[in-house]
Formats: sequence, C-alpha cells, structure tokens
Amino acid sequence: MMKLSSEPFLWTLFSAGGVVAALLVPVHLLLFGVAFPLGLLHAPSYEHLMALVGLWPVRIYLFLLCSLPLFHWAHRFRYTLYDGLRVKHLNEVIFALCYGGAVVGTLLAGYLLWSL
Amino acid sequence: MPEKPLSKAPIYTEFHPRWYRPHVSVYWWLGQRQYLKFILREISSVFVAWFVVLMLLQLRALRSGPDAYSRFSHWLQNPLVIAINIVSLFFVIFHAITWFNLAPRAMAVRVRGKQLPEIMISAPNYAMWVVVSAGVAWLVLR
Repeated sequence: MMKLSSEPFLWTLFSAGGVVAALLVPVHLLLFGVAFPLGLLHAPSYEHLMALVGLWPVRIYLFLLCSLPLFHWAHRFRYTLYDGLRVKHLNEVIFALCYGGAVVGTLLAGYLLWSL
Repeated sequence: MPEKPLSKAPIYTEFHPRWYRPHVSVYWWLGQRQYLKFILREISSVFVAWFVVLMLLQLRALRSGPDAYSRFSHWLQNPLVIAINIVSLFFVIFHAITWFNLAPRAMAVRVRGKQLPEIMISAPNYAMWVVVSAGVAWLVLR
C-alpha cells in the first residue's frame, strides 16, 4: 500500500490560506495598517468594532482570517527554507516550527475570539 | 548443520561510482531575475504571517478595553510600524496578483475539449477580490 502522506492535507491548507490571504488580507492591511494610522480614512470607533466582533459570523470570519493564512505561510516558508536556503538537514525542526507556529497562532486566535 | 555448498555461478554486481551532483550555492536564486521573482513571491508569505500577528494584537487590544485599544492604535502610528506595514501591503498585493494569475493553471477547465482562455479564470478571481474588499471596507467604515 502506498505510504500515507500528510502532504495533500497540508497542501490543501496552504491553498485555502492562499485564497484567504489573496482576497482579504490586502483590504484589511490597507485599512488598519496604513489608511487609519495615517489618517487617510476615518478610523472606526472602539464601539463600532466591538459591535461588529460581537456577531458570531464575524468571529468565525476573523478566525479563518487568522488561521488559514498562517498555514499558508507555514507550508510556503518551509519549502522556501528547503529550496531557497537549502537547509535540508534541519527538516524536522523546520517542520515543527512552521506548522507548530501555525497551530499556536490558530489556538491564540480561537482563544481571543472566544473570550471577546 | 551441514554448510550450504558454494554455488557454481557467483553473483557479481557492477561497480558504479557515485552519480555526479554539482554543488548548488545557497545564493542560487540571485542568479536570474526569474529566480529572484520566485523567491520574492515565496517571501510574501512572511508578510502574510505578519498581518496575522497584527490581527492577533488587534484582537487582544479589543478584548482588553478601550484604553488598550487606543494604545494599540497609537502604536500603529509609529513610523517604523507604518513603514513595515506599507512594505507588507506591497508584498501582500504581490501575493494576490501572482495567486490569481496562477489560478488558471491550478484549475484547468475544459469546455468541449478546448481549454478555456486563462483570463476567464483569473478575471472572476479579480472581480471577487474587488467585491469582497469593497464589502469589508463598507462594514468597517460605515
């Protein structure tokens, strides 16, 4: 029997994360990272943001916005280290740090959104 | 126990020296423009991860109350942070554009045996991008 690999599953996470990152991260980063701090657009008030985040669909949206792009990074960065910097001898460490980091970020996001 | 008699025909394997593998430098990607663009595309994932860190910090600030949130907003105005975020924005947009341009290769759709022209797959992705971005902006800004 063919050796069961986790590669397809990890690639699917990478792919989903890539879609979320491509569609949603630019506008979020533009608004909260650049436009609001620079005063180009009127920043939303604390109350407005809390009202938005109070809705469960928004919390699920934000959870996916945090979790999936992290798995996208984990997969891509792991391969970049293999191919780019050619550090094959650190395979297990890189694997653990990348996907472990993504899992930690996901758990943090879940915890923060749950207890908001 | 009697020893197995030696067989008459010994089994030889051919000697082959190790295959030659040229040593590849760690800086191979600086050699050609296309390689550099590839590595830049892959590095864009780091800036995507940076955005998630920002998002988590923002959620933590929201959770801690209005004072914490205004401190977070103030921190976002730090010139170094703004500079990092502007650079991140470029890389994140670069990721989106390369991703949507790659979508037709990932989703090869054939209609009546002929492959659809690539723009018919990437254009709806771009359209989705605009629509979703406008939706998020509207929700946040109203």
